[in-house]
Amino acid sequence: MSGLSDVTIRHLREVADWPSPGERYEVIEPIARGGMGKVYRARDHELERDVALKVLNLSRSGPDAARRMVREARIHAGLEHPGIVPIHDVGRLADGRVFYTMKLVRGTRLDAFTREHTDLDTLLRVFERICDAVAFAHAHGVIHRDLKPGNVMVGAFGEVLVMDWGVAKTLGGREAEGGARNEAAADDGEEEATGGWRARSGDSSRVISTGPETVSDPRVGPDTHPGTVLGTPGYMAPEQAAGNIERIDERTDVYALGMILRGFVTAVGGKPRRSLLALIARATEADPERRYDGVVQLADDVASFQAGRRVVAYRETAWEHAARIGYRFRTPILLILAYGLIRLLIFVLAGT
Amino acid sequence: MTFDTSMGGARKRFPETRLSLVFGTGDPDPEVRQRALEILIASYWKPVYKCLRIQWRASNEDAKDLTQGFFVSLLESQTLSRFDPARARFRTYLRTCLDRYVSNERKAAGRLKRGGGFGHVPLDFESAEGELRHVEVAVDTDPDALFHREWVRSMISRAVEELRTVSEASGRGIEYELFHRYDIEGPEQDPRPTYAGLATELGIDVTRVTNALHAARGRFRAILLELLREASVSEAEFRADVTALLEDDRS
Repeated sequence: MSGLSDVTIRHLREVADWPSPGERYEVIEPIARGGMGKVYRARDHELERDVALKVLNLSRSGPDAARRMVREARIHAGLEHPGIVPIHDVGRLADGRVFYTMKLVRGTRLDAFTREHTDLDTLLRVFERICDAVAFAHAHGVIHRDLKPGNVMVGAFGEVLVMDWGVAKTLGGREAEGGARNEAAADDGEEEATGGWRARSGDSSRVISTGPETVSDPRVGPDTHPGTVLGTPGYMAPEQAAGNIERIDERTDVYALGMILRGFVTAVGGKPRRSLLALIARATEADPERRYDGVVQLADDVASFQAGRRVVAYRETAWEHAARIGYRFRTPILLILAYGLIRLLIFVLAGT
Repeated sequence: MTFDTSMGGARKRFPETRLSLVFGTGDPDPEVRQRALEILIASYWKPVYKCLRIQWRASNEDAKDLTQGFFVSLLESQTLSRFDPARARFRTYLRTCLDRYVSNERKAAGRLKRGGGFGHVPLDFESAEGELRHVEVAVDTDPDALFHREWVRSMISRAVEELRTVSEASGRGIEYELFHRYDIEGPEQDPRPTYAGLATELGIDVTRVTNALHAARGRFRAILLELLREASVSEAEFRADVTALLEDDRS
């Protein structure tokens, strides 16, 4: 046989890795990849719509990886919320690999969105929606563990979707609805699924993905153990970066959200208000005990900041308090001042 | 299985519990040792040869001798038994061994004709030369990248050859024919062949084309994984090899 050209080799590599999920789904193109697998755009011929199809890499086709993938799909499917991408189906390829399909999100990744929108109010509204979705997951005992702009999509109609629950952890004693049973909790107190994803060809406005790449140690076995590091540098809380699994809880996601918020402030530029900086500092404290207790508290403080109310994270001076109250009630104050000025003018004119 | 090499002897799969290809080459059982050697050579002789030709700028004849000599020296010096999976990938280790071997040979002012009870292996150097003519490789390519790239080519080429043999032997020649036309020749053609065009040419319907391609691709994938598994030194290395061959963008 004559030698295979580079072009043919490249094609055959794709052919060997290409999933064949049966008659219902036709795989169209890869749209994101990660350490554990790939996401493809696929056509669902039954329902005549495009979906995202996530499949494990062939190198991860063992029974443990398959079990983890099914578990991940169950965790994900248990989180039915407008801010979380819905799962449609789970199945197995002829070669034994597990796949699942989910809504194909069309929109802009948050990192790209941040470059296009530098209005703080807009970004804070997006942030609140992210918090809503994450708080919902926390209420169902699921910690995302890989929150970052690359894992958030902003749709054309302003909808905000938190993606990639691949390294999510379920907290013992609580279960996500819809079958996300915490099977691993019985073994080692936590559950963790597959690694993160990055978009192909740097196309950040298409579907799923990341700027900095999710860290997932390929030497790690099916379950995460102390010392295992999963997450993304720059967004990982110190306890997560140290592999201190026992200390990972809702506040780990609070830290990542704080880092996202810090990115917003940097993108907006100018001199940010001290209360906002204090809020970010509180969310990103190295010690989890010193952070907000949960995402709800963080979101409340952000809402307070937006509404001109007092921010819990910041002890303001009397002057700042007065200035904030003045700013918050600027409209009635201006009206009163205008009224007073008019009365004064009338008085002065009447006197002359 | 058809290899470019022809070492003789019936194919014998390693038992699943084997520690590795590497340790197989030092196994007391001559049959296991022979099979391990066959796999080692089949998987790596072309990357070795091409590295010698490109990186070491060896002439055709020198590269042939050095390739033969390198594999003989690996066995005679028990070099492979010193491989530590914790310190490096097998491919990296092998390439380092190659560098050391060539360097030593050149220092010795000429090649030693090696034999030592092993003899020369019949290797199809003409095919390797043919591949070199087809493939554009810059002289300054990173040696590791070159070795990796040629290893990928070698493994995929072997899988294609195995697919052809298996398909023809099992009366599935039409499946291989379609695979060859669409997935091997197709990527280089402009315009690319279409399912409908192939169906018309071969006088079959389009569904038959897609089904046959699907079946051939599935078998190709299975063969490739099998080749990788038998040439890997451990489960971890197998996974790393699959990742490097199929999932890594750098290749």
